[in-house]
Amino acid sequence: MEFGERARTYLGGLAGQVRFSLGDEAAAFGALFAGCRFFGGYPITPASEVAETMARELPRVDGYYVQFEDEIGSIAGVVGAARAGARAMTATSGPGYSLMQENIGYAVMTETPCVVVDVQRSGPSTGQATKPAQGDVLQARWGTHGDHEAIALAPNSVQECFDLMIECFNFAERYRHPVTFLMDGEIGHLREKLVFPALDRVRLFPRGGFDPADEEGLITPYRDFGHGEALHVTGSTHKENGMRDVVTPEVHERLITRCCAKIDRNRRNLYRTEERFLEDAEVLVLCYGAASRPALGAVVRARRQGRKVGFLRLKTIWPFCGDTIAGIGARVRRILVPEMNLGQISREVERFVRIPVERVSRIGGVPHTVDEILRAITREAP
Amino acid sequence: MNGEDHPLSKYLRWEIMPTTHCPGCGGGQVLRAFIQALDDLSIDPESLVAVTGIGCSSWITSPYLKSDTLHTTHGRAVAFATGVKVMKPESPVVVIAGDGDLSGIGGNHLIHAARRNIGLVVFLVNNFIYGMTGGQVSPTTPFGVATTTTPYFNAEHPLRIAELVAAAGANYVARWTTFHARQLIEAMKEALSVKGFAFVEIISQCPVSYGRRVGLRDGLAFYKHFKERSISVEDARSLPESELEGRFVVGALARRNRPEFTESLRRLNEEACRAG
Repeated sequence: MEFGERARTYLGGLAGQVRFSLGDEAAAFGALFAGCRFFGGYPITPASEVAETMARELPRVDGYYVQFEDEIGSIAGVVGAARAGARAMTATSGPGYSLMQENIGYAVMTETPCVVVDVQRSGPSTGQATKPAQGDVLQARWGTHGDHEAIALAPNSVQECFDLMIECFNFAERYRHPVTFLMDGEIGHLREKLVFPALDRVRLFPRGGFDPADEEGLITPYRDFGHGEALHVTGSTHKENGMRDVVTPEVHERLITRCCAKIDRNRRNLYRTEERFLEDAEVLVLCYGAASRPALGAVVRARRQGRKVGFLRLKTIWPFCGDTIAGIGARVRRILVPEMNLGQISREVERFVRIPVERVSRIGGVPHTVDEILRAITREAP
Repeated sequence: MNGEDHPLSKYLRWEIMPTTHCPGCGGGQVLRAFIQALDDLSIDPESLVAVTGIGCSSWITSPYLKSDTLHTTHGRAVAFATGVKVMKPESPVVVIAGDGDLSGIGGNHLIHAARRNIGLVVFLVNNFIYGMTGGQVSPTTPFGVATTTTPYFNAEHPLRIAELVAAAGANYVARWTTFHARQLIEAMKEALSVKGFAFVEIISQCPVSYGRRVGLRDGLAFYKHFKERSISVEDARSLPESELEGRFVVGALARRNRPEFTESLRRLNEEACRAG
């Protein structure tokens, strides 16, 4: 995509700079480097720093920050801005993410690219507003009603908040789909080193671009408003020309099966994982986001003790890399899943393997310790 | 005369006519007045983005108006339109939706868009009822009327939505009825011409889901009712509020010249870049 002169000058000038940055700030800068020029938002802990950073930085790249009256308006404005030609995003936490679900479904149904950051906090409801959690993992999959696929990525470091945010925008544009960036309060409020890349090294999928990997032609061409084409865009069931047809069963079936297939058939192109010590592993620790940091510490210590433990971190949560896990599950004896919820991904893992899947859950707003995950590894280790 | 011969046919998608609106509905007159206003102002429909919500009134432009059309979720049209307008400030962005959509479920978006004074053009078609879902009470249904969800009588009082939008700070607010065909076109033209948030409440008829409950069984009965019960903003000023019960106060309710939101945003960007 083309960057404006101001954006080229400002973002280009950051190349190679090193900052001691919050995860939330890094995510905002990742969005700017991904070409995001519209942010619609509403304040909420622990995501407010994403909005604050965008409010400060967007004007410097000729972008626009709008603080809406609520999260429903925020995601609506994001979809409107996307249709008007902008790369657009919002950022929220669990309560706001719940409010956004209907219009996330609208983005699915209208195949509008956009990015929703959910910096997860403890719930349900107001929960522990200032405490981290990973409780929205299944909401990211099934939060909106009806049959649909989902795309969600989860970072585990400040640098990755930046790097994976660019991936989120590329997936949104490539697949014409809303993408959830599933951060958590631990990573969002973590302060670590962030290195800015050179702007011309950032690869961006062009708006309305053709994806050669989509061999079945499941991703339909995208057009923004404003080209004199009298486009009709609706969240109602519609024919290929965009016109409503809410009564013909075949029209609905054709639309929905294609929208699901465009993600599912291309799912291997969406998988992003970090794999360590898998060659000879007999026990697998499967994790994502904040929980993956103590999990890696525990795996490294177990290895030092001579235990054959492997590490698989999901950066892409949805679509779920069940095929990858089934392959590993055929070689290991046990899978441990540390997560900051009562077992949302472990249940998903169980669908793909025939070996014991053990939850190592931690809720209450305090992350796992290395010791407690190590204890779970050694409890029945080989 | 078939559709294509109509002097305003270029504004409409004739291939999907006839409309789905019921006999006697005011939706067709609103559409007719709107495209007349566009034509009088020489607004190219290709430059326009029409945004709607859910309900009968949202189907007035979606899909019949031949422009870019965004048919959104219930109540959220103004919020979607805000995103469109910020990115396309040069395009007219017009929301046409009903009383349930804009003053009920979407009321908060409406208030804050007016407060922000963003240059949207919003036409609220007030037919006093949720028509598409079969005649349930709406925020503008008069006190005492029986509907499918107020089977005894409506124990609530109607919202004076145009006055609310005026109080929220919109640059232009007016109210007319479908009986006032010419005044309505002129008000729509003014709304399309002013900078800042422009709002016209259009009192309209729904003989099928509302009229039959209040003894107004067809369009003509509604016109007579609107004519008899309307009073100008100027005349209404001298009357106590009790005498305005059940009347339609028509005319311009607000004309202001506060800065328009997207212009302010662009000025903000200039200042941010100068500050470095």
